[in-house]
Amino acid sequence: MTTKPTTGSVPLWQSQRVRKGLVAVLWYALLSVTALAVMLPFIWMISTSLKGPKEVFTYPPSWIPSAWRWQNYIDAWEGAKFGRYFLNSVFVALAVTLGQVITCSMAAYAFARMNFRGKNLVFALYLSTTMISTQVTLVPSYLVMKWLGWMDSYKALIVPFLTSPFAIFMMRQAFMTMPRELEEAARLDGCGRVRFLVQILLPLSKPVIASQALFAFMGNWNSYLWPLIITTRQDLRTLQIGLRYFVSQEGGTQWGLFMAAAVLVSLPVIVIYFVVQKSFVEGIATTGLKGT
Amino acid sequence: MTNGVIVEQNPGVHRSSWWRRWGEETVVAYLFLAPSMIILLAFAFFPVVFSIAASFTRWNLPYRPVWTGLTNYLYLFTNEVGWPAFRQAITNTVYFTLGSVPLNMAISLLLALLLNQKLKGVGLFRTAYFLPTITSTVAMSVVWMWLYHPSNYGLFNSVLLKIGLPTERWLRDPLLAMPSLILMGIWHGMGYNIIIFLAGLQNVPVQLYEAARIDGAGTWAQFRKITWPLISPTTFYVLVIGVINAMQAFAQMHVMTQGGPLGRTTTIVYMLYHEAFESFAMGRASALACFLFVILLVLTLIQFRLAGSQVHYE
Repeated sequence: MTTKPTTGSVPLWQSQRVRKGLVAVLWYALLSVTALAVMLPFIWMISTSLKGPKEVFTYPPSWIPSAWRWQNYIDAWEGAKFGRYFLNSVFVALAVTLGQVITCSMAAYAFARMNFRGKNLVFALYLSTTMISTQVTLVPSYLVMKWLGWMDSYKALIVPFLTSPFAIFMMRQAFMTMPRELEEAARLDGCGRVRFLVQILLPLSKPVIASQALFAFMGNWNSYLWPLIITTRQDLRTLQIGLRYFVSQEGGTQWGLFMAAAVLVSLPVIVIYFVVQKSFVEGIATTGLKGT
Repeated sequence: MTNGVIVEQNPGVHRSSWWRRWGEETVVAYLFLAPSMIILLAFAFFPVVFSIAASFTRWNLPYRPVWTGLTNYLYLFTNEVGWPAFRQAITNTVYFTLGSVPLNMAISLLLALLLNQKLKGVGLFRTAYFLPTITSTVAMSVVWMWLYHPSNYGLFNSVLLKIGLPTERWLRDPLLAMPSLILMGIWHGMGYNIIIFLAGLQNVPVQLYEAARIDGAGTWAQFRKITWPLISPTTFYVLVIGVINAMQAFAQMHVMTQGGPLGRTTTIVYMLYHEAFESFAMGRASALACFLFVILLVLTLIQFRLAGSQVHYE
């Protein structure tokens, strides 16, 4: 913003451009200060993750490490089976995401485009499950896993999350906006329902499918309580559980390694976020607002 | 749903008869619903019914359940050991919820108002505010444990030392543990609220502000008379979602404080976890789950009614 006086008749501080400029400066200052405060824990995490064990415990603390110790990342990675945890997290989150897209789009298609007996009742029942959380169903779900003999298995980490009533609702809304003629024409040409869903409906509803898939992936990647109770074997731990055990077992002094591990656990979602930021933000904005 | 059950119960009925009775579309529809329905039945409806039944039993794994009627509820609400612990869990849950939700909303709305400007670099700031929300609670809990480290080397303590104040024990101080968790929770949850508030703000028609400015309304008057009433559905949505989430927070308590010190961060969910998976008292844990469920049910019903009113509003 330029602050050069442009009009000679009014005093400098009353000029529109100067006032606008001042407001902008104030605006940037406020946002920068708060953004810096929000970023501070991240900066501190990265800074500590590159410090040697001695430098971690020095006062006053330094923001820039005296020597950048990348070895921390290797030590953290090898300190626990993080490679294995990483593969577990990727596999489970991908399986849940794919499963949700399949089961939810199928259900959404039925609710959006088919007339069947008991539709309203079933739809109400589906919606009512949005208020049932993992916390509330923890004990019975755990016992079901025990009875099925699924404890310590990928099935236990994946199957309970293979559908989401919320995603069904959002996809239904999107499917309902598609013109009916589209389906009639396709059906006349001999296109079956499954093919219509996969080849026409899903590609046309890409934004909704993408944002719901993203929520499923992120939510599962970051989930903690369920994998905590359902896994006892080390090689089935996800990254979140692995990180927690890594920190509690090391006795709480290796902060350089802990921060390196926290960076490693956070990095994948941060990268995904930067790649698909737009659809993520739009997804939250629309699900948060459009009640219909 | 009843139709689906009948199909399973009468496998002997000739296919063409039920096919004709319900029509092809109904059968196809239930086939499309089957995968999601099985999951929801097994992991949503059954658990709720099961929890209610289990809450009336004494069920200490690995032993079998014994029907004990209201004993679990009486223990939680009237027992001289049970009630103080349960009361503390309720107090802690309310403390965490009331401590984090309103403050989080105020800060989020303020930042959303700042971000709702047509100036360069808005996207960059939005990204910065949103970053904590997408990273996992566990990883961020580990980072904040280091920020709150009780030695001189923790970031907060080193700042206190620098300005000549005594250091604190943060997560290990019974009085400071919960506020510490609340501060971290606000930092972690802000981004989500900001995005929703921003969407709400962008739905307010610009012409209203222009008209108000012509009438000589200042910034504060514009906010009071236009922005605040028009974003009220958004505000209420953020409030209800925030309360529901805050009431069920678990990961940060488990990673950072393990419910301590002196039980000061043992919330209802943490108590549930402790009863079920550390004491293996499944009946008592189920009673806690039912209690939590009823509260969440009421909150969600409020939210549904709200979502309904929003339709007319737009």
